Amino acid sequence: MAGILIGGFYAAVTLGLSVAFGLLEVVNIAHPGFVILGSYMAYVMNRSFGLDPILTGLLFIPVFYGLGVALYRVYYTGFERTGEESLRGLVFFFGVLFIVEVALLLAYGVDYRMVEARYIGQSFHIGMVGIAYRLLIPCIVGLAMTLALHLVLSKTFFGRAIKAVSQDSQALRLMGANPVRIKRIAFGLAIATTSLAGALLILIGPVEPSIGREYIGRVFAIVVLGGMGSIGGTLVASLVLGVVESLTATFYGPTWSLAVSFGILLVVLAVRPSGLFGR
Amino acid sequence: MKKTIPLWVGLGVVLAALVLARLVGNRYVYFAGYVILQYVVLATAWNVLGGYTGYVNFGTAAFFAMGVYTALALSMAVHAPLPLLILAGGLSAGLLGLGIGYLTLRLRGVFFSIATLALSVVLQTVAMNWEYVGGAKGVSIIRPKPMAPFADYAEYLFVVMLVLAVASVMLARWIQNSWIGRGLAAIRDNEEAAECMGVPTLRLKLFATTASGFLMGMSGAPYPYYVGLVEPVSAFSLDYAVNSLAMPMIGGTTTWIGPIVGAFLLGSAQQVATVTISSEVNLLIVGIVLVAFVLLAPQGIVGLVQRLGRRRRA
Amino acid sequence: MARYGTSGTWRRLVGTALIAVIVLGMTWAPAARAAEPIKIGFGMALTGALAGNGKAALMAMQMWAEDVNKKGGLLGRPVELVYYDDQTKPAAVPGIYTKLLDVDKVHFIVSGYGTNVIAPLFPIAMERNLLLMGLFGMANNEKFNYKSYFQIMPSGPNPALGWSQGFFEVAAKQQPKPQTIALVGADAEYPHNALVGAREHAKNFGFKVVYDGKYPPSTVDYTPIIRAIKATNPDLVYVASYPPDTAGIIQAAQEVGLPVKMFGGGMVGLQFAALQTKLASKLNGVVNYEFYVPEPTVKFPGINEFLARYQAQAEKAGVDPLGHYIPPFSYAYVQILGQAVEATKSLDQKKVAEYIQTHEFSTIVGKVKFAPNGEWAQSRVLMVQFQNVQGSDVAQFKKAGTRVVLYPEDWKSGTLIYPYSKAQK
Repeated sequence: MAGILIGGFYAAVTLGLSVAFGLLEVVNIAHPGFVILGSYMAYVMNRSFGLDPILTGLLFIPVFYGLGVALYRVYYTGFERTGEESLRGLVFFFGVLFIVEVALLLAYGVDYRMVEARYIGQSFHIGMVGIAYRLLIPCIVGLAMTLALHLVLSKTFFGRAIKAVSQDSQALRLMGANPVRIKRIAFGLAIATTSLAGALLILIGPVEPSIGREYIGRVFAIVVLGGMGSIGGTLVASLVLGVVESLTATFYGPTWSLAVSFGILLVVLAVRPSGLFGR
Repeated sequence: MKKTIPLWVGLGVVLAALVLARLVGNRYVYFAGYVILQYVVLATAWNVLGGYTGYVNFGTAAFFAMGVYTALALSMAVHAPLPLLILAGGLSAGLLGLGIGYLTLRLRGVFFSIATLALSVVLQTVAMNWEYVGGAKGVSIIRPKPMAPFADYAEYLFVVMLVLAVASVMLARWIQNSWIGRGLAAIRDNEEAAECMGVPTLRLKLFATTASGFLMGMSGAPYPYYVGLVEPVSAFSLDYAVNSLAMPMIGGTTTWIGPIVGAFLLGSAQQVATVTISSEVNLLIVGIVLVAFVLLAPQGIVGLVQRLGRRRRA
Repeated sequence: MARYGTSGTWRRLVGTALIAVIVLGMTWAPAARAAEPIKIGFGMALTGALAGNGKAALMAMQMWAEDVNKKGGLLGRPVELVYYDDQTKPAAVPGIYTKLLDVDKVHFIVSGYGTNVIAPLFPIAMERNLLLMGLFGMANNEKFNYKSYFQIMPSGPNPALGWSQGFFEVAAKQQPKPQTIALVGADAEYPHNALVGAREHAKNFGFKVVYDGKYPPSTVDYTPIIRAIKATNPDLVYVASYPPDTAGIIQAAQEVGLPVKMFGGGMVGLQFAALQTKLASKLNGVVNYEFYVPEPTVKFPGINEFLARYQAQAEKAGVDPLGHYIPPFSYAYVQILGQAVEATKSLDQKKVAEYIQTHEFSTIVGKVKFAPNGEWAQSRVLMVQFQNVQGSDVAQFKKAGTRVVLYPEDWKSGTLIYPYSKAQK
């Protein structure tokens, strides 16, 4: 049961990457770094103003959106335009991830940070089973985000343009939309999700700068498993991962559950790189 | 005669460094030097796959630790001498490279990189659960006594690493100048075109990952004797991945010189920082410099020098 | 590529020259100093995983140096602490200490904080026959049996056993005697050691182990673990954890409910203000280990003055505001070194080491005597129970009453509220 809840949360974390990597093919390895940044923002606001983390997450969406747009501009001018994406783009984002992590380390130290909210530590009980709010709320928010993103992508003009640009940017240009601008908006959106995802993360448990690294594997595993470019696939894959991790923890011991997600990644890459719902 | 010039120069370098180090007169040189030379090997190894072939390996730690743990296990089991441990470490890491290459190299480069990240984590988990080598708490190991003509085990380790560094640089230079290097460069520039032209891309890539892994494993083998304590968190440290990536990027990825330049510059800076300002600002600087170089000076320092040279001649 | 053919040799010469310059440069920079002050050198975790405690330890050591210098120094000479950040990395240790010894020419070395950074010191200390004082390392000397190593954590001659002794002794005294115990810990070095001791105690005290599990330190959700433990219906639960998992486990225990008779044991983190104030009343009833608590029965000469001074600086320095865990002991381990130097009137490693081996010291953490293997001759791991914790103010932890000492008998300051469910409020 907890696996499904965690899965919902994983979906929240991965959504942005689904868009950035799945649709735009930007290998943003720094994605988890931004999630952690979001967590710290939530922490700071919680500590100074007592703001509920989810509120902070929502509040900072525009800020992160701006960050995303700026980052994309740098990425684009430096790389995509000159056509040398893969190697250096990858290294670039790795560098960004590293910088974010170390900057947080310098600013806040290595101690774990937690937030306080009324609903942490409480659970509601259905019969014998107790469900912690701490897990339930991030899951619900995660599901909501998935739904929202799905709607944006399929119903709005920008959303459909984003999907189009990943398939055929020439045609898009002919239709009068600027593909670069579209990609910029999409990437900004992707980073914006990390604001909320980060808030959820620190709700679930204490955060310190280097835990981003554990999530790199998880989010990429989910994106690959779910299929590149499929939001629904991301959700399914997140749930699958959450459940598998939970089961492994219970039966084989939690030591192995983290390795499991990476293992899944390796297996999927070897066997069916397009994932479950991929194109 | 021309073919053996590199060999003589290599030997010359080893002797020169040895004499200089002895002249300085304190053992600190050996320790700091060991670390820098270790990074020369790691950076050079990384560059064979990264700079020559265009495939980014984020999992240097996995190959390095493979060397560490193989050496550790062998040392504990049969007390093998260091050269044998190095060879074993290199072989096992090379095999690892072959294996991971076989699994993922048929896909796009990006997936290979992600897989290397995954590899690090999986291996670390395995190491943490393997009680023979101490599991999560690690294992302490006692150094053997030094043999003549070395006064000191630290000096011996320094020389060993020096030899490894020179050897790996010579190997990288050889690869670069050979038909293999040309094939790898073709893959780097445009893999599909290379395929069409008949370059045996898969085999070359496998060669690159194996060679890269082999060198990395060798550099890890003396680690148990250098530190004395082997435990998973430090053996798989992110430092190895970041540095082995940053050094060639900063030094220059297209030639065998770049990694050396990067390793010396970055490695020395870090050694100095450890005993002077010593804070994590040091790490932040690495990250910023890395990003700056990737954006502004993609050919690294070697590239900058080349450009300056060209401008002067023009 | 042909371009490099002719200039290759040139570049190689440049390369060798570069090596030479760098190597010489590194040794030139820090000049050897004159012999006036007595220098004590060490690496300390100022960044990295253990930085929080490392910085606090350094502060306490600096306080000691100030105190000694105010009274005229050691043997009439001022004391100087020479230290570098070891970043909590074992691999940095050999380099740092070699520099301290060969370049900075320190007179004594003491260790950094933590088992992992102490281990690499043994080859160096043993090669050069140096005295080595250790700060909170568990069982480092087991393999080496080095005679000149002394460790300041009060776990006793058999650290793994001494660690949890109190928990089991207290449990065994309860009527009716508990039958079953669950053991759980993080998959890491300290918990592993602690649980080895716990298992042996369980056997000796006649408790049946009904659950024995471990989890990766990066676990996010502890509810499955608590559920699994609950399902085996144990009377006692002994946990060996680090701060993040300590928090997670206690919170999960609250959420899921843990109707056992005694809970806690070896949870690191509950000794610090950060977790105490965060978990606050959720801690009531938890039985855990401590080395020092401000209870009326635990009085050492000078500890109150020390704590007052420390606490005044702590807030600004960004370290644990209470200072009950590491700081008194990091002060003590250099205090012992200083006392030994004064007593033997010598800087000779062997003489000072022999003195420390054979004498009892009076320090701010009480009387300290060492066993032949370098650990404390007698374990003084306190077992306390959190009681009467209300609200999340840190001041209540500075006073007596919130952590009541149950064991050892000599230091007992209150009674156990048993079972755990009764103590929870």
